[in-house]
Amino acid sequence: MTTETARIRRLVARGKRFDKVFVILGLMSLMVGVLTLAVLLAGLVHDGAARLDWDFFTRFPSRRAGNAGILSAIVGSTLVMLITALTAIPLGVAAGVYLEEYARRNWLTEIIEINVNNLAGVPSIIYGLLALGLFVYALDFGQSILSAGLTLALLILPVIIVATREAIRAIPSSIREGACALGATRWQMVRDHIIPYSTGGILTGVIIGLARAIGETAPIITIGALTFIAFLPDPPLGAEFPFVSFEWLKSPFTVMPIQMFNWMSRPQAAFQVNAAAAGVVLVVMTLVMNGAAIWLRMRYRKRIKW
Amino acid sequence: MRMIDANTMGTPAVTSGAVPAPALKAEARALDFFYGEVQALRKIDLPVWENRVTALIGPSGCGKSTFLRCFNRMHDIGEGRNRYHGEIVFHPDGVDILHRSVDPIEVRMRIGMVFQKPNPFPKSIFENVAYGLRVRGERSRSAIADRVEAALRDASLWDEVGDRLHDMAFNLSGGQQQRLCIARALATSPELLLFDEPTSALDPNATANIEDLINRLKEKVSILIVTHNMQQAARVSDYTAFMYLGELVEFGDTNVVFTNPKKRQTEDYITGRFG
Ligand SMILES: Nc1ncnc2c1ncn2[C@@H]1O[C@H](COP(=O)(O)OP(=O)(O)O)[C@@H](O)[C@H]1O
Ligand SMILES: [Mg+2]
Repeated sequence: MTTETARIRRLVARGKRFDKVFVILGLMSLMVGVLTLAVLLAGLVHDGAARLDWDFFTRFPSRRAGNAGILSAIVGSTLVMLITALTAIPLGVAAGVYLEEYARRNWLTEIIEINVNNLAGVPSIIYGLLALGLFVYALDFGQSILSAGLTLALLILPVIIVATREAIRAIPSSIREGACALGATRWQMVRDHIIPYSTGGILTGVIIGLARAIGETAPIITIGALTFIAFLPDPPLGAEFPFVSFEWLKSPFTVMPIQMFNWMSRPQAAFQVNAAAAGVVLVVMTLVMNGAAIWLRMRYRKRIKW
Repeated sequence: MRMIDANTMGTPAVTSGAVPAPALKAEARALDFFYGEVQALRKIDLPVWENRVTALIGPSGCGKSTFLRCFNRMHDIGEGRNRYHGEIVFHPDGVDILHRSVDPIEVRMRIGMVFQKPNPFPKSIFENVAYGLRVRGERSRSAIADRVEAALRDASLWDEVGDRLHDMAFNLSGGQQQRLCIARALATSPELLLFDEPTSALDPNATANIEDLINRLKEKVSILIVTHNMQQAARVSDYTAFMYLGELVEFGDTNVVFTNPKKRQTEDYITGRFG
């Protein structure tokens, strides 16, 4: 073996040592995140298992821990999410489409863009303050499901806008040119191509946004969600004319994280069990939503590959 | 096949001589084009004859695509710092399609385009071909179905896909996708069809198919095709325009341009001395 070969082998061996070191470091860093979550979830399940039964989901909160349930919190969270989705999706998608397809590149657009990105970083409690002044008092929506839904919609709007824009940017320019060459107007292009082809990405953003919103506590407390709600909002459909009712929008409410927070702040151990059980439900809801986002992304990626 | 006396066609912007000529479909007159401050086309004069194939050849970067895209105002999309000077007169109406008062969408309604890389929409075969009709507000299902079938037949694709119109277009081979794009353009009965190197992404077999197709299509539509394959220009075109550095160097009957070019640059290019 020449000395040159030996030298090169040493060099390669030294380089490979760093590979091994990095693999170990990387795995350890990964474990810190994954294991912490796993341990946390396992702890919650362990603590809350005693209460995770059907009754827990069908009962209102109660002064007696063993009787208390999360019915009003689940219904509240669901309705608030419904309002959030119904307002944030059209607004976010429209804003994203406008910025990508219609807005001219100039300083005004630039400023808007920077602001959208900054909005994503504003602490959520600030949204709560804004909503308290705007929705609760100025618009007189009260401390209601409507106010809460709109607040969280503002909170996740930047997420949806960014997701929409990224999904739109992934559409190759050749597709736009193809549609354009056939005489499509901008609106036809958006309606027939841009939105359909970016639906996967948009939905992913929407779900990630909602998964974030469902766990938000600070802004909801700020606008005055109650911690003890022993009734359900008016049903949206009634037997008498006019059959539909929007009273539920104005109803006081509670949501999952607030219910959980309320139980955690009680001194009795039995309520800690309730808090852990509610925590499990909340984490599972978030994980399911994130799972749905991943599934959607894969499904659409399989269907549309550029 | 050649119906025009070569001698009358030797220079740019020919007006027809004594020999009966086909009608003019379009005509570029002193066309300049600028990408922002950069001038990409200089004083181009070129006739496009009806039911004939006109080929644009020239080395890469000489402005062939830029010129072609003027015809359907493709340069108008995107951020608008592109400028045209001069005219492209579209016949028989005699409108200048580059004029400010003419809406680019109106132009694209009459002039179709097929691109270098097949670019079908991620929709079904049927929806791809039907799209231009839908854009034009066609509602009748049966009318759309008829037009789709006719366009696919014209594009020699019907035999291959007629029984699976609702499959995704992405599942077709490259050559089939390009013929689908041709069918898509044909479905709206354009008066002029622009091709930008339509076979450069295809294998020789698919290329031959498309060349055959172009030869047959000119009965229905006038064709302007960019190619940097000179054999292809010789095979498919009736007239050839040689471009160099944004200028039109020579225009004439394809036979003449290839066998007896008038300009030195043309000769160098077709004999492979550069480009
Ligand atoms: N979008 C653009 N912006 C600026 N310059 C461009 C653009 N597209 C093409 N060009 C330039 O214009 C010239 C002609 O390009 P092109 O028409 O694509 O040539 P060809 O199709 O003959 O290869 C080239 O020098 C190219 O760099
Ligand atoms: Mg080109």
